[in-house]
Amino acid sequence: MKNVTVSRRTMLAGSAATGALGLSGLPAYAAELDWKKYAGTTIEVNLIKGPRGDLLQKYAAEFTDLTGIKVGSEVIPEQQQRQKAVIELTSGKPSFDVVHLSYHVQKRQFEKAGWLADLTGFMNDPGLTAPDLRVDDFSAGGLQFAKNDKGEMHSLPWSVDYFILYWNKELFAKKGVELPKTFDEMVAAAEKLNDPANGIYGFVGRGLRNANMTLWTNFFLNYGGEFLDAKGNILTDGPEAIEATKLYQRLLTKTAPPGTAGFNWMESMASLTQGRSAMWIDGVGWAPPVEDPNASRVAGKIGYALVPAGPKGSYSATYGDGIGITQASTKKEAAYLYCQWAVSKTMGARLLQAGGGVPFRSSILNDDAVRKGVKMPPEWLDSVIGSGKISKLGLPVIIPVAEFRDLVGAALTATLSGADPATELKKAHEQFRPILERSEKA
Amino acid sequence: MIETGAPASALSAQRDTDAVVVAWRPPSYWPFVVPALVVVLAVIVFPWAFTIWMSLHEWKIGAAPAFSGLANYARLPTDQRFVESVGHTLFYTALSVILPLILGTLAAVLFNTRFPLRGFLRGLFILPMMATPVAIALVWTMMFHPQLGVLNYLLSLVGIPPQLWVFHPTTAIASLVLVETWQWTPLVMLIVLGGLASIPAEPYESAVIDGATPWQIFRYVSAPLIAPFLFIAAMIRMIDAVKSFDIIFAITQGGPGTASETINLYLYSVAFVYYDVGYASAIVVVFFILIIALAGALLLLRQRTHWNDAGGSA
Repeated sequence: MKNVTVSRRTMLAGSAATGALGLSGLPAYAAELDWKKYAGTTIEVNLIKGPRGDLLQKYAAEFTDLTGIKVGSEVIPEQQQRQKAVIELTSGKPSFDVVHLSYHVQKRQFEKAGWLADLTGFMNDPGLTAPDLRVDDFSAGGLQFAKNDKGEMHSLPWSVDYFILYWNKELFAKKGVELPKTFDEMVAAAEKLNDPANGIYGFVGRGLRNANMTLWTNFFLNYGGEFLDAKGNILTDGPEAIEATKLYQRLLTKTAPPGTAGFNWMESMASLTQGRSAMWIDGVGWAPPVEDPNASRVAGKIGYALVPAGPKGSYSATYGDGIGITQASTKKEAAYLYCQWAVSKTMGARLLQAGGGVPFRSSILNDDAVRKGVKMPPEWLDSVIGSGKISKLGLPVIIPVAEFRDLVGAALTATLSGADPATELKKAHEQFRPILERSEKA
Repeated sequence: MIETGAPASALSAQRDTDAVVVAWRPPSYWPFVVPALVVVLAVIVFPWAFTIWMSLHEWKIGAAPAFSGLANYARLPTDQRFVESVGHTLFYTALSVILPLILGTLAAVLFNTRFPLRGFLRGLFILPMMATPVAIALVWTMMFHPQLGVLNYLLSLVGIPPQLWVFHPTTAIASLVLVETWQWTPLVMLIVLGGLASIPAEPYESAVIDGATPWQIFRYVSAPLIAPFLFIAAMIRMIDAVKSFDIIFAITQGGPGTASETINLYLYSVAFVYYDVGYASAIVVVFFILIIALAGALLLLRQRTHWNDAGGSA
């Protein structure tokens, strides 16, 4: 067991060292904490490929300079990472100490299996936690993701993904269409902008089974939908779901490019960036490729706005990433320093400024100096901050999230070939109910 | 050391006791069997027994397995996605066997004749077979794209309206078979070409003397002689097609919806996305029986053909 008490001398030495790092050109990390306490330790980190995982890997050497802790990190594509993490964690001896998790898919699964270490004690320990990292600095949504039923923190909320509306200002101006604020206005705008003869479509979005759920749930939430009732029953065949599906079907069959049934975010984004689609609803994190003139024909011409309001409210479907420590790790303190570094102000600012994600910490979002450094258009940042105020979890917190997304997602895809929304949703509901019951019983 | 001067009776007695002792010993070669036996037990018998054991349990990764008897098997016929996936697998397999077989045979007949640059063209023809399926799948995905893909552009040159290819449920499987056919026709061509090369010249000469037309020569001389090769090609194609995963996964992931979801794809989702290993094991067992049945049917057909051949030549 390592000594965790801090003497005045080591504290001073640590502060001096971090101060020196600051002078030597390294970005400032909270100087009150002795980051070097676990120098010489080596930890393994398992990350998801994408702007967030890449950022941590890119600056891993900086973490080693700061703490003296060596980091072995593997970065794996999302789907494979989820499988690998679950299989290794089940074995009881995962090869990694730190794991990147997708809250919207894995929260309940990880909690029920008890795979992650409780960080509450570490967070209350001033010898391990910098004073600026406070629980109340995380947004409510982030804490909802990170805390279990007993209020224990089993991970640190890292990056949030809000759904927003991307709109092509040039196409809107050409047809004299205003930015829609409601679903009705959005449908009218999409129909007016739609011009298939010239290869221009009013709207584009995910149609591919499973992936399409993230778009649909934003419609569902704005029609007043709730995923679960008080008893934990799933509610995706009610009137709100049917209305949301009708809207989804109408937009994607009447005003979207042909073939959307097979579109994931990539195909949808391609349609927007090629100037073929006037509106797209998806996560905030796609702004960097949209604004990259080498990859996009519409760089500088895209507006960013909140998802239009539905009859029962205006929400932004929210998904999030966290970073946690495995229960089996023998280097939890060193791993905790890594997690703390990952969600630190410096790293959070870098994430936000590059447009790769949005930190859950309000001290980062509210910092003027950080906001000035954001490379995306100001409208993008406004839509991010605006979405934060109306954010709502985009998927139910259950174990069989993947089955849920597959079954209801397949129903949605079927409506794109003309199937009746109510019938398809009922069918999916009946298939999913026993799966949910079985998983809750286990 | 054997004493050559020992009495004969003593020697025979010695032999008798030897014989008795040997009968009670394991065969002298048994240590040589052990490595193979261990490998077979470890990589074939154990996984199979374990799969069957898992299929009899309700087991989600993360929770403890609980014995559930045949409940997983009972779930199969009521699981619409599974039933549909069986249909998709059979449809996909049938098309992926028949099309390369027909095209491959035609190509073999063509490449069996003499024409300039034959060797070069034959090499060119078998190139698709050498490419990595996932790389091929990604290139085809771009080619299939309804707005940006080259296939619709090519169709537009001959006045055919744009198609949705893998982006529509009704054409998804057929489009995937197109990729499969493009990649594996060369294999069938190679096998059949080998068959054609092994046919002796005499039957052709006598057929020509008897005044047979080219079609009659193909139907009554070439076809029966290359039939065994066609069966081998069909068998290899069938096994490959039925377990096809990479191309489908990379292009459609079983979509749109579940329109191109084969047993393999569904199995993958159940095991590694839903982590329901008990139910996935039950699917594997049924899938295995299906493959054995298909292979058995083909073998039976082949044997019958041999009987007819023997009868015909007798």
